[in-house]
Amino acid sequence: MELLSGADMIARFLQDEGVERIYGYPGGAALHIYDALFRQDKVKHILVRHEQAATHAADGYARASGKPGTVLVTSGPGATNAVTGIATAYMDSIPMVVLCGQVASHLIGEDAFQETDIVGVTRPIVKHSFAIKHPSEIPEVLKKAYYLAATGRPGPVVVDIPKDMTAPTERYEYVYPKKVKIRSYNPVTRGHSGQIKKAVDMMLKARRPVFYTGGGIVTSGASESLTALVKRLGFPITTTLMGIGSYPQTDGQSLSWLGMHGSYEANMAMHHADLIIAIGARFDDRVTNNTSKFCPTAKIVHVDIDPSSISKTVRADVPIVGPADSVINEMISLLQGREMANAEALPEWWSTIDGWRAEREGKLYEPSQPGERLKPQEVVEAVYHITRGEAYVTTDVGQHQMFAAQYYKFDKPNRWITSGGLGTMGFGFPAAMGIKQNFPDDVVVCFTGEGSFQMMMQELSTCKQFGTGVKIINLNNGTLGMVRQWQDLNYKSRHAHSYVESLPDFQKLIDAYGFTALKVERHDELDAALERTFADNDELVFLDIDVDPREHVYPMQVPLGAMRDMLLSKTERT
Amino acid sequence: MRHIISILLENEPGALSRVVGLFSQRNFNIETLNVAPTEEPSLSRLTVTTEGDDRVIEQITKHLNKLIDVVKLVDLTEGNHIERELMLVKVKALGASRDEVKRTVDIFRAQIVDVTPSVYTVQITGDAGKLDAFIQAMAPIGILEVARTGVSGISRGDKILGL
Repeated sequence: MELLSGADMIARFLQDEGVERIYGYPGGAALHIYDALFRQDKVKHILVRHEQAATHAADGYARASGKPGTVLVTSGPGATNAVTGIATAYMDSIPMVVLCGQVASHLIGEDAFQETDIVGVTRPIVKHSFAIKHPSEIPEVLKKAYYLAATGRPGPVVVDIPKDMTAPTERYEYVYPKKVKIRSYNPVTRGHSGQIKKAVDMMLKARRPVFYTGGGIVTSGASESLTALVKRLGFPITTTLMGIGSYPQTDGQSLSWLGMHGSYEANMAMHHADLIIAIGARFDDRVTNNTSKFCPTAKIVHVDIDPSSISKTVRADVPIVGPADSVINEMISLLQGREMANAEALPEWWSTIDGWRAEREGKLYEPSQPGERLKPQEVVEAVYHITRGEAYVTTDVGQHQMFAAQYYKFDKPNRWITSGGLGTMGFGFPAAMGIKQNFPDDVVVCFTGEGSFQMMMQELSTCKQFGTGVKIINLNNGTLGMVRQWQDLNYKSRHAHSYVESLPDFQKLIDAYGFTALKVERHDELDAALERTFADNDELVFLDIDVDPREHVYPMQVPLGAMRDMLLSKTERT
Repeated sequence: MRHIISILLENEPGALSRVVGLFSQRNFNIETLNVAPTEEPSLSRLTVTTEGDDRVIEQITKHLNKLIDVVKLVDLTEGNHIERELMLVKVKALGASRDEVKRTVDIFRAQIVDVTPSVYTVQITGDAGKLDAFIQAMAPIGILEVARTGVSGISRGDKILGL
């Protein structure tokens, strides 16, 4: 029998759980835990410079690896600083465990120094939370936290740990719980066979089918089976922003992603479809546009592990509650030896889609000329080529995020890392840091803008401490581009606080941390700068690129319209 | 339509706030709420009445089921059920109206549980409609204070909400 203090139990549990890296920041209420971490060397602690960055870094790791990220913060401001990152993970269903120090039990409720009711504060943005009531329950509660975070529809779990629970003098028996059971929590392991059969029959009868798949495919590791299913049927497929990479985008059946700034052909195909097979997607408002005009002729099959996602915004004709991977595999086996009922319809559908592809060709932006400022889209394309489409790509939020999604093509899942649901500016750089530290041999690119980058730029210091070689591509248009775009469209170009006066000299700023910064002002300087940026994979390089501030993201769905109502350029509307 | 949802909830600190929080967070509406321990010490039973069309009620029950602290739930209004609420009312009981109050209490099969020279305290149980009717009947005489428990309910017949 092994007797350990609460703090040692936490350190030991993390080892036994196989956690390699945790992201955090110390403070009074967490000091016993930090001392326990100091006295071991299996779990590495990455000291961030702001707790929000800890959550984004752990989140980035979780998205890239599929395993839960781990965060350790102190009570009060440490915990509240983590809130934005917890909400980010919650909205995108990312597995994460956040350990929060708390003031000692006898002080709770007395407005003690650095006390916050963090369980209360985070209640609407966690999958679940725990407060430790006795040190002996630490191993089981932590196991439950990791189990809940990673299974079913994943999400963040907060564990609140009062300081006296980790006191070094009080020791209790430690056993690593290999399994836990929670009586009220039994995520489904397979879908309803009758419903799956019904869905397959509908697929075989469809004339204008389209797959619409989301982050659930990435989360459940269903990318390969999805690809097999889509190939078997020959249907077009579009993914959500979160689902990018779960089906190879360079494949001919891919219509790229859909929604507000999704591809013209994807939105058109959705609008005209007679069958939509939605898997692991949640009919988010940035996808559906106006739900009352959404896909008027389509029957909808909706597969999701979370029953509350089904028929939430758009009514499903065939709801299937189950994990994507198992449902897709069952569909594949039901399709064996069966043929499409209207074999002639599918080629006609494809020629319609190819017509849409041709219609938008060359309309979305005008390339720059040598000597001119670059277009942001061109930069993304160039980065795509130089990294051969194999980098982990993180983004912040805004125009650059949409351009990155549109012009970098992903053939693998877990490579496109973006804050889709919450839209958190400041996410990209710490997320890239978290990925690079866990996948040091891979290329990790962060597309950002001068607005977003300044929200989390203090992490340059963390990268310096841990030698983290991320590549930061700053699409610098000197303005909050997406805000400006909306102001151009809806507020007669009154740019209220969307321009950033007095930007720092990024060259000097990066230099202050001892990193390389490069500046590109014109089209013809880009190639050499990119060569230099990607020359050494271990080196952090900040590439500051002046891009055209007048550029808008197109296509853009017309608000309150149907899927097919889009602007293709400043002058053309569908 | 009005629905009565009964929930078996882990008897844990914070569990109630998750249920209540869910309603405000998702813009669902709570009309009455009643919660107390059950015969099984690890469980509380919570009953909530709420208003909404089928789509809203479907979302409410799905989201409630997602809460880790919710062990089981039933929408009682989907089947035959018994609905009860208890109310304590203080009414003015002076002069001629003293008899009138007593008569009305008898008609409603309520009980007078406390008496002063000027006030009767009445206890009444029934469904929410009956309690509303009693308040209406007493209003002209003069209601001084009302305390309602909120609706509790149970299915008729062999159907059981248990572990």
